[in-house]
Amino acid sequence: MKQLAALQQQGRRSNSFRSNSSPLDATVDGAIKSPATIFWLFLHGLCCLISLVLGFRFSRLVFFLLFSASPSPSTTTIYSALRTTLPAISSPQERNVSADGAGSRVVVGRHGILIRPWPHPDPAEVMKAHRIIERVQAEQRSQYGVKNPRTVVAITPTYVRTFQTLHLTGVMHSLMNVRYDLVWIVVEAGGTTNETASLIAKSGLKTIHIGVEGKMPLLWEDRHKFESRMRLHALRIVRDKKLDGIVMFADDSNMHSLELFDEIQNVKWIGTVSVGILAHSGGSEEGDLLMRETHADEKDEKKSQIPVQGPACNASGNLAGWHTFDTQPFVERSAIYIGDRAVVLPRKLEWAGFVLNSRLVWEDVEGNPVWVKDLVEIGKDGEDIESPLSLLTDTSVVEPLGSCGRKVLLWWLRVEARADSKFPARLLELLSFSTTISETSLLLYIWIIDPPLDITVPAKRTPWPDAPPELPAYVEKVTTIPENTEKRPAKSGSKRKRSSRSKRKHNVKVLDIRASTKQAGDN
Amino acid sequence: MLVIVLELRRPSSSRSGRAILQAKQMQLAVLNGKKSKDTEEGSAGDVLDDNPVGKLKVYVYELPSKYNKKILQKDPRCLTHMFAAEIFMHQFLLTSAVRTLNPNEADWFYTPVYSTCDLAPNGLPLPFKSPRMMRSAIQLISARWPYWNRTEGADHFFLVPHDFGACFHYQEEKAIKRGILPLLQRSTLVQTFGQQNHVCLNDGSITIPPYAPPEKIMSHLIPPDTPRSIFVYFRGLFYDLNNDPEGGYYARGARASMWENFKNNPLFDISTDHPTTYYEDMQRAVFCLCPLGWAPWSPRLVEAVIFGCIPVIIADDIVLPFADAIPWEEIGVFVAEKDVPYLDTILTSIPADVILRKQRLLANPSMKQAMLFPQPAQPGDAFHQILNGLARKLPHDKKIYLKPGEKVLNWTAGPVGDRKPW
Repeated sequence: MKQLAALQQQGRRSNSFRSNSSPLDATVDGAIKSPATIFWLFLHGLCCLISLVLGFRFSRLVFFLLFSASPSPSTTTIYSALRTTLPAISSPQERNVSADGAGSRVVVGRHGILIRPWPHPDPAEVMKAHRIIERVQAEQRSQYGVKNPRTVVAITPTYVRTFQTLHLTGVMHSLMNVRYDLVWIVVEAGGTTNETASLIAKSGLKTIHIGVEGKMPLLWEDRHKFESRMRLHALRIVRDKKLDGIVMFADDSNMHSLELFDEIQNVKWIGTVSVGILAHSGGSEEGDLLMRETHADEKDEKKSQIPVQGPACNASGNLAGWHTFDTQPFVERSAIYIGDRAVVLPRKLEWAGFVLNSRLVWEDVEGNPVWVKDLVEIGKDGEDIESPLSLLTDTSVVEPLGSCGRKVLLWWLRVEARADSKFPARLLELLSFSTTISETSLLLYIWIIDPPLDITVPAKRTPWPDAPPELPAYVEKVTTIPENTEKRPAKSGSKRKRSSRSKRKHNVKVLDIRASTKQAGDN
Repeated sequence: MLVIVLELRRPSSSRSGRAILQAKQMQLAVLNGKKSKDTEEGSAGDVLDDNPVGKLKVYVYELPSKYNKKILQKDPRCLTHMFAAEIFMHQFLLTSAVRTLNPNEADWFYTPVYSTCDLAPNGLPLPFKSPRMMRSAIQLISARWPYWNRTEGADHFFLVPHDFGACFHYQEEKAIKRGILPLLQRSTLVQTFGQQNHVCLNDGSITIPPYAPPEKIMSHLIPPDTPRSIFVYFRGLFYDLNNDPEGGYYARGARASMWENFKNNPLFDISTDHPTTYYEDMQRAVFCLCPLGWAPWSPRLVEAVIFGCIPVIIADDIVLPFADAIPWEEIGVFVAEKDVPYLDTILTSIPADVILRKQRLLANPSMKQAMLFPQPAQPGDAFHQILNGLARKLPHDKKIYLKPGEKVLNWTAGPVGDRKPW
């Protein structure tokens, strides 16, 4: 049905062109070639050529220029000549119909396509739109989401080491984005330290920082056991303070999805979620080997690339057992001590995959189910508590969460630097240049090589010019790349090429902050 | 159905339509003695839930099947395209409680002619024979029954859901030239097209939403707690390359303007794709654009209302369905066609609580029900809204009854081709 309209429009267009060239129809008569006819012929030919190239646009433009009575309206918002609004009365094409004479502003016919001069988004408006979307989503959550959200109690065992800031900041930011009330219990091995305290103070969350006597052991086996002790200690705190809510175990090097916190709100007494295990090694070749093996070795039903620890359900959706990590292929190659460049293996069932109702660990609560043991009876002899399942007499009561374990809501990872690696007191804080000078009252903590090296050779592959750049006035000290690159575990080291390692030892660049990040990216 | 009361009563807007609505609400509340439900002020909860049974009686003419059933048998696509309301209305009326078999007590007379069922191979209806079909049907009913001549059709109603209603053409210029079929000038036309001060919209016509298949819509619902993360959503043509390649005619240049201004804007998810997740995506969007096309109405409005996405209506002077029962300016956002380049500024400057209020009004189930034509009919759906609209026009003015022998309509008006028998 629209094709008919198309045919009619075609007719209209060719009409306009013909009428346009009608002055040129002074046909050449016989062989007499007066200058006028030559001129008209030439003009005709020129118009033909131009029309061939530009097509109907040319005819429309000429038409517009020849026939438009009034000048085109204000062009402040209008883009270009070819797309200006043709005034409704100007061309016969448009003059024909208006919907109704009286009082109607709407005119049938061709209208211009209005394009504003800068058709790109305005950042202030984009921010406003995002705020609107946030409000809408908050309203959606309050209407359709979890009705009575319970406080989340997150238990994190930690200790001061090279990667503590890295891991703890990750967990901290995840917890800061949780939309529910949160209590964060940070258990530190070797007693509480100011470092950890200052780090977690930045979160703005409600934190309980406790220390456990004894240094974190060097061997992974012992470390797992020590961490279990730390978690039990935290559970005792929950019990003593009668913290109400849902207890989850947020190990500091794990990665949590925010959906996890929505999902655990559904737990009644004790639940379990699926944990993706990112066991890997250092060194790129071993990593590839590992990926291929884990792909062959996966045990769970879905074709995921990573092994998953979590509940296994039977057909009716009830808990039938657990998927655990198969340690067989890695037995020889597993990491022994912290900082070892081999695969770090998880235990059979990680604490991180369990969530508890905090009332389970309270003392003498009547509503508690019969299958829970009292917290004081567990671990008091120093035995190793592998998972919260030891709290239960009957493990079948565990509720599988995350659509019966099909959704992986958190990922387990253990990456550590060598225990004797040097690291500065606190991590370098990159100043953001947009903050005001008054906010730079924070002390600068920098990694510095002392004494400075005698040879500095410019790196060959940087795109920056060779002349040493001007340092910005508000950077007091220079930032340099740290020296102990070979001691770093290969996770980040795998990004560097091995060949450059030996060179890097002696190449230290005096750079400003911009160039230093660029260099890190280069390698 | 209870709707959560979240706001206090607000002062009414100044439009006369709203004032009539409020008056009707008071009237109904007083007359029926019922407490108004827990809906927000101006949410039209009362009027939409009116039950037309008992308020009017409709007599359905029995026309030979060549006017309805045979046409449908020739092309069953008529049951699923957006003009299917005429067929479903007929089926609804045949079994409805408002139907009467005694024409002497009827308030309204319905003529079941499927004028939009003559489809081209690509599925679009050809309106060229529709005037002749209508004329032939009217000749039949005026010859066989006395009720047409009694009022020359003033108490008859017809469903004409085509692009420009009873002007029976898809091209606006031609439709305007033809005007409404002269024989239908005194009847009530139930149509989807509505534009103020337009030749093809009579005063007293009832505007209805286009047909959208209810089962298909209901099968694509997603959980309501899925967060709405798309700011503006639109899927459809911007340039009708077959009929208007350079733009300017199609949609009066508004759709092309939308594309040129916002194709690079990350907040605007607009494209010409046909995704299979179209309905799901609308449920994840805050605003859904409903610009005009060749005609100002489109099924997008229906889809936006059902999926809770605030409709952004870009069509100057449009008359929206059931405008006297649904408070469109409180549910949707109206943008003038000349303001399309500034759409992002307009939409982001709407305060968040206004947006939340619009979403709450949209969530009202009676609003969604009023846009649908479910099979079988349910209370509060579009069929009932049409009957409510007809009921609100009662009682008929005494002047419509003509003296015997008096003729008002000109049976020879209109193009010569229309007078050929069908």
